[in-house]
Amino acid sequence: MSKQKLLRRSGFFIMAALAMVLLSGCEQYIVLDPKGPVAEVEYRMIVISTILCAIVVIPVLAIFAYVVYRFRDKPGNNAPYTPHWDESKVLEIIWWGVPILIIGILGYFTARDTFALANPPKTEEPPMVIQVSSMDWKWVFHYPDQNIATVNEVHIPVGKRVEFQVTADNAPMNSFWIPQIVGQTYTMPGMAMKLGAQADHPGQYFGSGANFTGKGFAHMQFKAIAEEPAKFEQWVTNVKQTKPALTRAEYEKLYSVPGLVDKQEYSSYPKGIFEERVMENGGDNHTGHFEHKEAAKGEMSKESMNK
Amino acid sequence: MLENINTFASKFFVTGDPMIYGADVSIVLATVGILFVLTYFKKWGYLWREWITTVDHKKIGSMYFIASLLMLFRGGVDALLMRVQLAAPDLKFLHSEHYNEIFTTHGTIMILFMAMPFMFALFNWVVPLQIGARDVAFPFLNSVSFWLFFFGAMLFNLSFVIGGSPDAGWLSYPPLSENAFSHGPGQNFYIWGVQISGIGSLATGINFLVTILKMRAPGMKLMKMPMFTWSVLASCIIIVFAFPVLTVTLALLFVDRFFDAHFFTIDGGGNPMMYVNLIWMWGHPEVYIVVLPAFGILSEVVSTFSKKSIFGYKSMVFAMMVISVVSYFTWVHHFFTMGAGADVNTFFAISTMAIGIPTGVKVFNWLFTMYRGRIEVSQPMLWLLGFIPCFVVGGATGVMLAVAPADYQYHNSYFLVAHFHQTLIGGTVFPYLAGLYYWWPKIFGFKLNDRLGKWAFWMWNIGFYVCFMPQYALGFMGMTRRLYTYGWDMGWAPLNMVSTVGAFLMGIGFLFQGWQIVHGILYAERSKATDSWGTGRSLEWSIPSPPPVYNFAVVPQVKGFDDWYLTKEEMNKPGYKAEKPQFEAIHMPKNSGIPFVMGACWFLAGFGLTMETTFSWMIVPGVIGLIGVGLCMFARSFSYDTDYYIPVDEVKRTEASLGRVV
Ligand code: HEM
Ligand SMILES: [Cu+2]
Ligand SMILES: [Cu+2]
Repeated sequence: MSKQKLLRRSGFFIMAALAMVLLSGCEQYIVLDPKGPVAEVEYRMIVISTILCAIVVIPVLAIFAYVVYRFRDKPGNNAPYTPHWDESKVLEIIWWGVPILIIGILGYFTARDTFALANPPKTEEPPMVIQVSSMDWKWVFHYPDQNIATVNEVHIPVGKRVEFQVTADNAPMNSFWIPQIVGQTYTMPGMAMKLGAQADHPGQYFGSGANFTGKGFAHMQFKAIAEEPAKFEQWVTNVKQTKPALTRAEYEKLYSVPGLVDKQEYSSYPKGIFEERVMENGGDNHTGHFEHKEAAKGEMSKESMNK
Repeated sequence: MLENINTFASKFFVTGDPMIYGADVSIVLATVGILFVLTYFKKWGYLWREWITTVDHKKIGSMYFIASLLMLFRGGVDALLMRVQLAAPDLKFLHSEHYNEIFTTHGTIMILFMAMPFMFALFNWVVPLQIGARDVAFPFLNSVSFWLFFFGAMLFNLSFVIGGSPDAGWLSYPPLSENAFSHGPGQNFYIWGVQISGIGSLATGINFLVTILKMRAPGMKLMKMPMFTWSVLASCIIIVFAFPVLTVTLALLFVDRFFDAHFFTIDGGGNPMMYVNLIWMWGHPEVYIVVLPAFGILSEVVSTFSKKSIFGYKSMVFAMMVISVVSYFTWVHHFFTMGAGADVNTFFAISTMAIGIPTGVKVFNWLFTMYRGRIEVSQPMLWLLGFIPCFVVGGATGVMLAVAPADYQYHNSYFLVAHFHQTLIGGTVFPYLAGLYYWWPKIFGFKLNDRLGKWAFWMWNIGFYVCFMPQYALGFMGMTRRLYTYGWDMGWAPLNMVSTVGAFLMGIGFLFQGWQIVHGILYAERSKATDSWGTGRSLEWSIPSPPPVYNFAVVPQVKGFDDWYLTKEEMNKPGYKAEKPQFEAIHMPKNSGIPFVMGACWFLAGFGLTMETTFSWMIVPGVIGLIGVGLCMFARSFSYDTDYYIPVDEVKRTEASLGRVV
């Protein structure tokens, strides 16, 4: 086989392999397939930053390839050679200026969306609250409005604002992540962080713990099930009617015995246990550095009063 | 009695895993083998006089290099074990705890016991030669630094067979790293191993800072310094500010674990977020500590092999100084998702992107050094050419990570793993290898084989992309880091398999390099020539290879930037006559055994305090070790016979034997 042919062949194979990898089911690239407004904002920033970076990277790689080829040290190369030429004001201004400009643009978008995500628009209706505890090694979801609880699976109604309040209970820091609905946030003992989210399309979405917590960490994956509000209500009623209650003793077992459990649904759970556990894990002492402390404060003191 | 011994042994030694027993056996065999060879060939005295007690920066550099090569091997084996486990879903090759120990030791070893000593090897080999000095400012301290690093690394590695390895990640976030979740001694090994070597690193930072500021040959103004020396200066400035933070942070974590304090636990008034802030206040500058010297190396290599002066010297220096300052103000980008307010996140997002500006400028300057030059693709240059595309892409993904809202999706995912390996391997290891090939003939007097080098280069480079490009995609598929296993359902299997293949290609590249070194030692042609590449530009190329103990028989009078290049130009002018050198007796530091003993005492102290949580009587060796450290300092304070003179005759003889005009 001639060299040319070989090159063309191998080029073909590389392209084919690339295509296979890239096209083999785009739905696998869940981070790039947002299903709600928060994930969409995050996705948009991924796209913008990729484009802005490409504007710099592609020309640099092209210049690189050209320079290396043109100025190689081969006999007969007639490219100009100026061993003492080592300064140019104009060029320096260009390559300080262009990156500054690009970073300026990117910085503007970043600032805008960082603030947008931190201060979501106020809605008439208060968001539906779901309280999330990461334990060793399971996720416990409390639905205070419905007074039901689930383990290792969460249900949310489509098209409604949901506020996740996340904490770690008797466990190391974890990170709560549902790529297609909302980017992650850390769960920390003694603190309850707020995370606004919304799903716009019904479906079953992948969720996982993203921050390492030891032996069972790899198994801390869960499903987030988004359903039409009516269906969601139906599910709630069903749980309330057919599932057992989560007793205090059982709850204690969840957080005090490290291990894996299957997904569970409970028709009720000890009232105020989430807030109580936040305080128990040291919430008292946590004097509100950063803003997330405010998240659970109001309710928390009320609940822990009448325990 | 027997029972007591039994329980002791089962707590003391790591048991249960065939791989551990294999390691036990090979450690014992290797130790016995080394002892035997040393005794049989009567090399103990040689080892002690020429290496262990040496204060010669070149030899210390070589010891750093050997240590880092061994650690690259261990860290690399760790990496391959992990990649085997992840090659396909649901494999049972490593169980969870084992995998966790391996990624923790891999990360810690690669950064602290591989990249740092590799960097210090280059500092030691090159800086004094580049600035026309006979040694570093504090040769004794230099030896202390090395032995602290060495014994710290040994202590850390010991955890593999005794006590158990740490498994809370390379930065050991509490509460996971606190007693409540990590009872065993593993975490203590981490604290003491890193702490002891960290003190050594801090001392090295101070040493080279002073060396560069005070020991330059007459005439070498700051703005006439070679680029590598500049980069070392920038790196040392960061070391001096950042390493104390590490020392304090680890000390507080130790107090938490040892005395049940609550600096980093939320119950009792502490806060784990404080640890996360502190460790990254060291951790982020740390990555610039290792990458700035890489930039320096590349600047030397690109100008030597493009046969052209470095483009935009002032702008390069300025960029480096800007980076060394701004690198302190970006640490929060490692935890945008920990709930800091939008204002805090925005500030740190933009400061992080901003650091990309001076970094990008350097890339343009390298490109324009090549532009209108004559590029000779020697081995060092080959690694530079591999570096540029890799680092440009790695830097771009770094800017993407800096976009806080996007990072809510990238954080802790394989996108991040791919990014930091791209900057650490492509941006740090590749340039260090360029530096290694570049200065190797200077230090050892022979070049490394070209053909083997090309094989190594292509294996590393192809392997790199095959291994890490799929990981960006895996990040987009939602795969998080530090998973010891995963299922079939997410479709992560094919890309993981590809990634593992790439890792093995890099492993083969490493083997080629080992072969290359052995081949060089056995067969390579020796040459004392000063200017090994023929196109050297700075002072190190003006003295014989390898340089004599005193480096410069006569301290050079520096004329300007790229002094050796200027000298060569003069020599080529018609009517040039070499001046007859005026020799004088040379003042040199004496060897000392104290640094080694002090390192050993630290080791004992660290080991005792580490095992104390398992066996309380271990406090005894711990305290003895600390007393030993004190005694060493005392002994040093009262030793007065620490230097000597090399008489003129001897200098003349040595120079003549190196083929120099006397
Ligand atoms: C030979 C090529 C290498 C391969 C195949 C490799 C592979 C890996 C793997 C599989 C992980 C664990 C990922 C996870 O489970 O989260 C990892 C983590 C890591 N690697 Fe490497 N690695 C290589 C070289 C390096 C080098 C040269 C450095 C540094 C200079 C480095 C620094 C790290 C760090 C800091 C971590 C994070 C450890 C942690 O999560 O605590 N690696 N690497
Ligand atoms: Cu907090
Ligand atoms: Cu950083």
